[in-house]
Amino acid sequence: MPDVSLALAHHGWDSFVSGSKTRVVIAKPGLDGHDRGAKVIARALRDAGMEVIYTGLHQTPEQIAETAIQEDADAVGISILSGAHMTLVPRIVDLLRERGADDVLVVVGGTIPRDDVDELKRHGVAEVFTPGAATSEIVEFLQAHV
Amino acid sequence: MATIEDRPARTVHSTVSGNCVEPLYTSRDVDLNYKRDLGDPGEFPFTRGVYGTMYRGRVWTMRQFAGFGTAAETNARFRYLLEHGQTGLSTAFDMPTLMGYDSDHPRSLGEVGREGVAIDSLADMETLFAGIPLGEVSTSMTINSAAAILLAFYVCVGEQQSVPRSELRGTVQTDILKEYIAQKEYIFPPGPSLRLVTDMIEWSTRELPRMHPVSISGYHIREAGSTASQELAFTLANGFTYVEWALARGLDIDEFAPRLSFFFNAHIDFFEEIAKYRAARRIWARELRERFGAKADRSLLMRFHAQTAGVSLTAQQPEVNIVRTAIEALAAVLGGCQSLHTNSYDEALALPTEEAVRLALRTQQVIAHETGVVNTVDPLGGSWFVEALTNELERQAYEYFDRIEALGGVVAAIEQNFFQREIAEASFRYQAEVERVERVVVGVNRYIGDEDTPPPLLRIDPALEPAQIERVRSLRERRDVRTAEAALARLKTEAAREDVNLMPALVEAARAYVTMGEMCEALRAVWGVWRETPVF
Repeated sequence: MPDVSLALAHHGWDSFVSGSKTRVVIAKPGLDGHDRGAKVIARALRDAGMEVIYTGLHQTPEQIAETAIQEDADAVGISILSGAHMTLVPRIVDLLRERGADDVLVVVGGTIPRDDVDELKRHGVAEVFTPGAATSEIVEFLQAHV
Repeated sequence: MATIEDRPARTVHSTVSGNCVEPLYTSRDVDLNYKRDLGDPGEFPFTRGVYGTMYRGRVWTMRQFAGFGTAAETNARFRYLLEHGQTGLSTAFDMPTLMGYDSDHPRSLGEVGREGVAIDSLADMETLFAGIPLGEVSTSMTINSAAAILLAFYVCVGEQQSVPRSELRGTVQTDILKEYIAQKEYIFPPGPSLRLVTDMIEWSTRELPRMHPVSISGYHIREAGSTASQELAFTLANGFTYVEWALARGLDIDEFAPRLSFFFNAHIDFFEEIAKYRAARRIWARELRERFGAKADRSLLMRFHAQTAGVSLTAQQPEVNIVRTAIEALAAVLGGCQSLHTNSYDEALALPTEEAVRLALRTQQVIAHETGVVNTVDPLGGSWFVEALTNELERQAYEYFDRIEALGGVVAAIEQNFFQREIAEASFRYQAEVERVERVVVGVNRYIGDEDTPPPLLRIDPALEPAQIERVRSLRERRDVRTAEAALARLKTEAAREDVNLMPALVEAARAYVTMGEMCEALRAVWGVWRETPVF
């Protein structure tokens, strides 16, 4: 299989130093089936030296929170393009908090209008990546904030 | 012979799919026999067009995909589009409807009316088409796992309007194979799903002679990240599979094949798209005649709807999407589509506003009425470049057909994640090209502007969800419970049998106001559900 590595992707320097990789859960909540972005990002993060767990489709917020905790995730990347983000994302953030996992960094990607971006951040989402965001941007953000 | 994998991922001058383009094409680049490879439009192998006169006889159907909120909102948008010159309807359903859940199901929370219209029952369907004469307007419905149910609803609305079944016109997408591959709106496993598709083809061929029970689709495969030749090959391979199932059912190919239709992406690489459509027509015609034994010309026609590429739209400088859509639409027209949807410029972030969708419709109208491209058929036929590219895409498609067959056919290939891996690979390669700025996306990685003021976006009123939930709950109380329960029981019994066409039971259940979610739940209980093993 051809190995196409991104010119700007770093290897996880922190994980090299500490000896443990950054663990990221990439999650698809709700009924949304648009998984192209989630898969590309999952692979980019893996290529950058992170440990990636991709949940697959049709996960409930409860399942995502459970996976994040079971997998001892440093970060959860929620990919959502169905328009249901204002219901599903805050639920995931709240569940992580309720279960004592509020040190897990939550980032979101998808078709999120700007007004919703602001509200999601107020709710505790660390960053929202909208269409056109580069995978290198996402990798750098996670490396800087985890 | 070089395969797609042998090709460099990107040369400086290659199509968006990675096909090398030469600086110049001459007659030496193409070995063309007019009668064998092209034919006149309307003549085997139909490379130049499915009909002799094409747009001189009748312009393509302008059919904008629409749907959001509840049936009342979408009915209003349907009427708006018809008033502004659209010539066919196309229905977008919300995620709960697509995935077989009623609006009040726990999994529907936050999703009702967001990506399309919420349809829980025949009652909603009646509202959706209120004031729209089904005998006069053709309707396309983008629904796959629950296609048979929505078709049953549509047939019942036709009944209520006293429109004979033989006069109902339209298309149901129904193409379940591409759901496993790309769009991911699957419910049941492949075996029962293909039984249901075959039931629809069988019943529809008899009862609804003017409807297309399947729209074999490449659009979504392409949106998921495939190349043009993958879109071409995977779509046609799926089509061959439906033909095989229908033949195994004992249907006469010359009776059902004319009812099959297609749906392709109209992407940004202009000439590659035109070549793709021409190759598709030629391959389909040849295979239907030579492999499947179709005798009538009507059985050989690869008639298709096209939609401009959603993935080509940018959130940055969104007005530039107007330009992209216009060019993509032109490719679809020069490629001979029968029906066309043009995206609105605001669709990178939301469903379109009225103003945006009107502009998208006007784009088609300008092409049809001002540019003169409709005055002759297949104007690019004979272009050395276009014919060479048509031949090359056809060659690449046949390579894929061989690989799929070696895996045991489409269903086996799906279960082995073959298509899904190809698509993931192609989409990752494309993303890498964009991030290295080997491939320019205006406004995104070059010609970046100041931060945009986003255009006014369509917002779905959150109050619509509880209203719809109330509507479906009160319907369940209002309806004749015994009739509904009997119909649901019949559906369950017949679903478990392999020798019964399920459509009559579905129509009966629809008439009894059994909800879509209840029908799907019954079918899940009998058939189980499909869970994919994701690859990335």
